[in-house]
Amino acid sequence: MSFIAPELLRIVVGMVAVMAFVALNVLVLVYAERKGAGHIQRRPGPYEVGPHGILQPLADAGKLMGKQLLMPKSADPILYWMAPILAFFPVLLLFVPMPFGPVLTVQDVNLGLLLILAFAGLNVLATLLAGWSQNNKFGLLGAARAVSQSVAYEIPLLLSVLCIAFQYGSLNLSTIVEAQGSWPWQWNFLCQPLAFLIFLVSAFAETNRAPFDLPEAESELTAGFHTEYSGMGFGLFFMAEYANMVVVSGVCSALFLGGWRGPFFDGVWWFLIKVYAILALIIWVRWTYPRVRFDQLLNINWKWLLPLATANLFATVFLIKLF
Amino acid sequence: MRYEEMGLTEGDFYSRNFQKGAREDTLILNLGPQHPATHGVLRVIVELDGEYVIRAEPVIGYLHRMHEKMAEVRSIYQYLPNMGRVDYGHALGWNWALVGAVEKLAGFEVPERAQYIRVITTELNRITSHLLWWGAFTLDLGAITPIMYAFDDRERMLDILQMATGSRLTHSSFRVGGVCADINDTFIEACKEFIPHMRGRLPMYRDLVTGNIILRKRLEGVGVFDADLCRRYGGSGPVVRGSGIAYDARKAEATPMYDRFDWKVAVQTGGDSMARYLVRMDEMEQSLNIIEQALASLPEGKVMMPKAPKVTWQVPKGEAYFATEGARGKVGIHLVSDGGKNPYKIKLRSPCFSNLSLFAEAARGTLLADALAILGSLDLVIPEIDR
Amino acid sequence: MSALKKIFQPVTDLWSLVVGLQITGRNFAQRQVTVHYPRQEVPPEVNASYRGPIQLVANPRNAAKPKCTACNICVPACPSACITVVKAPPPPITPEQEKAFQEAEARGEEVERPAAPREPIIWINDFSLCSLCGVCVEACPTHCIEFSHDLYSVGTSRKDFKHDLLAPFPEALRPADYKPEEK
Repeated sequence: MSFIAPELLRIVVGMVAVMAFVALNVLVLVYAERKGAGHIQRRPGPYEVGPHGILQPLADAGKLMGKQLLMPKSADPILYWMAPILAFFPVLLLFVPMPFGPVLTVQDVNLGLLLILAFAGLNVLATLLAGWSQNNKFGLLGAARAVSQSVAYEIPLLLSVLCIAFQYGSLNLSTIVEAQGSWPWQWNFLCQPLAFLIFLVSAFAETNRAPFDLPEAESELTAGFHTEYSGMGFGLFFMAEYANMVVVSGVCSALFLGGWRGPFFDGVWWFLIKVYAILALIIWVRWTYPRVRFDQLLNINWKWLLPLATANLFATVFLIKLF
Repeated sequence: MRYEEMGLTEGDFYSRNFQKGAREDTLILNLGPQHPATHGVLRVIVELDGEYVIRAEPVIGYLHRMHEKMAEVRSIYQYLPNMGRVDYGHALGWNWALVGAVEKLAGFEVPERAQYIRVITTELNRITSHLLWWGAFTLDLGAITPIMYAFDDRERMLDILQMATGSRLTHSSFRVGGVCADINDTFIEACKEFIPHMRGRLPMYRDLVTGNIILRKRLEGVGVFDADLCRRYGGSGPVVRGSGIAYDARKAEATPMYDRFDWKVAVQTGGDSMARYLVRMDEMEQSLNIIEQALASLPEGKVMMPKAPKVTWQVPKGEAYFATEGARGKVGIHLVSDGGKNPYKIKLRSPCFSNLSLFAEAARGTLLADALAILGSLDLVIPEIDR
Repeated sequence: MSALKKIFQPVTDLWSLVVGLQITGRNFAQRQVTVHYPRQEVPPEVNASYRGPIQLVANPRNAAKPKCTACNICVPACPSACITVVKAPPPPITPEQEKAFQEAEARGEEVERPAAPREPIIWINDFSLCSLCGVCVEACPTHCIEFSHDLYSVGTSRKDFKHDLLAPFPEALRPADYKPEEK
C-alpha cells in the first residue's frame, strides 16, 4: 500500500468526513430552522416525530427520497438533472480548505480563499441551469434573478475578503486564523468592521437567504428556480442551500472571528460555536424581515456595498503601506 | 376550432384572448388561479418585459357560487347564512347590509340593544378582518412571522366573537329585527379585557412591520391611486381613503348608531400602498374606540323586535337599498321584492369587485413584485368578487 | 438641519432592522400561545359558546325519548335541505280490531282509531350539507333542536356525516327494519 500517497489518503478521508459533516449539518439546520421559526412565532414547531420532533428532518429526508422524480415534458433532460447535482457537489469541495481546527483541515491550500470563491461561483451556474432547463416561466424569472444577484454580490464579497487577505498577505485560511489572537479584541471584525458587515450582507445574498431570497421568492415566483423539481431533485437544492450557509459561516468565522482561536482553549469547538452563532443569526433574520424588491437588492449592492467595499479596500491598502 | 385555424394551440380561452401586444419580446405569465399571492383563486394574466409589468388583466369567475341567484330561490331568512360566506373576512358587514335592507323595506324598528350588539360585533369582526389582511399582506411581502402574531390576537378575538355569534369565521348572527342572541357579562368582560391588550399589541406591530425600512421601501410610492382614478372605478373602503377621499359608508350612508360614537374616518393622502396600509392600521384603533364607547353605553332591553319575522315570512313588495362599511369598502344590498315567497332579486354590491378594477390600471409599468404588493394592498377576498 | 437629518436617515433606517430583530428575539423567549391539540384542548368555556352540529333536546318527562314532535317544520326551513324527518306511523291494527271498529261504526258510534304517536322514527341531519346556520333551531316551534358544543366532530367517510340524531335516545321509536349501528 506504499504507493498511496499520504496526502491522497488524507483527502479521501477528509472528503468522506466532510460529506458526513455536511449531511449532519443539513439535518441539524433544518431542525434548528423550523424549531427557531416555531419559537419566534410562538408555536412549538416540529413536535410529533421523536421527542420534541428531533427526528423530523430524518422523516423529511425519507419523504423526499421516496418521492417520484418528475420532469416536465418540455424540459431539457440533461441540463435538468445536471442542475441539482451541480448545485450540491461543488459545495463539498468548498470544505477542503476550511480550517476546522489547528490540524483539522482536509488540505491546507495556499490559495484556499480563492478556491472557495471560485467554486462558490458554480452555484450560480446550477441555479441558472435549473431555471432555464425546466422550461417554466417562473423558473426562468428566478434564474434571471439568481444570476444577476449572485454576480453582483460576489464583487463586494470579494472586496471585503481582499481586505483581510491584504492585511495578512495570504490567501490561506489557516494562516489568517493563526495570525489572529485568542481573545475577541484580537479578531478581525474589530479592525475591519465595515468589511465584516459587507461580508455578512453579501453572504445573505450569495446564499439566497431572506431578505434576499429573490430567486425563490415564494409569493412572487411560487418557488422560483426549483418550481418543477420534485423529490431529491429539490432535496439537493435544499441541501446545497444549507451547505452553502455553513460554508459562508465558516469563512466568516475564519476571516473575521478568529476561527478556531478562542479564549482559554483553542480548538475545533470555538470554530463550531462561531459557525452556529452566525447560522443562528441567518435563521433569525429570515424570520423577521420582509423580502426586498429586486431593483432595491441591486441598488443596495451597486450604490452602497460596492463603493463602501472599494473605499474600505483602499483605506486598508493605504494604512498597510503607511505602517 | 377557430383558434386552431388561427394557429393557436396553446393556452385557454383567456390567454388566447389576451391580445398580443405591439412588441414581440414580451413574456405572458399566468399568475394563478393557484398562486401563493392571489389569496384564493384569482387569476391575473400579466405581460412582462423582463420583470416589468406591461399589462395586467385579472380573470375572475373561479369561485362563482351564485349568491345572487340563490337569493331568488329561498326566503330571506334562509338567505341570511349566505351572507356569512360572501366575504369570509368580514361576514358581519354583509349580515348587516342584508338585514338593514330588509328592515328598511319593511319599516321595522330594531331594538336599540340589538343595534349596539351589531355595532360591537361588526367592529370586532372588522379588526379580525384587518388582522387577517395584515398577516397575509406581510406574507406577500416575504415576512413570514407577522401573520402568526396577527393570528394570536385574531384567535383571541374570535373566542370573544364566538360568544356573541356562535361561530368563528362565517358569522351569521344578525336577524331581521335584531340579533339572534343576547350578549352576556362574560362577553363584555372579555371585550373590556381585550381592548387594552390589543392597544398594547399595536405598537409592536408598528415596530416590527410598519417601521421596518425594507417594508417601507417596498410600499412607499408603489401603486399610487389618485382620487380621480378611485372615483372612476367606484372604489371604496380603505383603498380610496388611502387616496385622500374621506368616504366611509358608516358616516356617508348613516349606518344606524354610528353617529352616537366619537370616531374619526381614517384618511391618508399618499395614495400609495403605504397609505392604504396605514389607513387599515388606523381603522383598527378607531374600531377599538367604537367598541369601547358602545360597551360603555350599552342599553338594556330586548335584542329582538316583537313579532319578529319567522322563516316563512315574506318580504313586502318594494325596493330598498342599504349600504354599510365592510372591512374592504362599501357593501351594499339592493333588494327587490314582488311580495312573493322569495325576494325577486338581490344585488350584492361588493367592494372588492370595484377595487380589483383599480389593479389593472395601477399595475401597469410596475415591477412584478410591486404588482403583487399592490394586489395585496387592495385586501381582496376572492369569493366576494365572484359572489 | 434637514441636511443633518438626511445624513442620519440611513442610520435610523438601519436601526429599524435592529428593532425588528429585538421583537422577534423577545417573542422567541416568551411562552408559546398555541394549543398542542392531541395533548391539550382548548378551555371548555371556549367550547361552551361554539355552535356545533345540531342535536335533539330530550323529552322533559322521559329523558330517553326526544322532545321532537315530528311536525316537520324544520325540514323546509333548512336552506340546504339537509334534514330528513319521518313521523312514526299509527300503530298497526289487527283484523279483529278493524272488525270491531267497523262494527262500532255501523252501530253509529264514535270510533277513536289509535292515532300516530307524535314522535319521529327517523331524524337524520346530513352534516356534509349543513352550514350550521341555525335556521332549524329558530324555526322549531317546540324548541326541541339545539346546537351541540362538539368541536371535535370528525369522520372518515361520507356516511359518518349522516348524523342520526335519535342515537342518544334509547327509547326513541325506530322503523321496523332498523338495526342499531355497531360501534
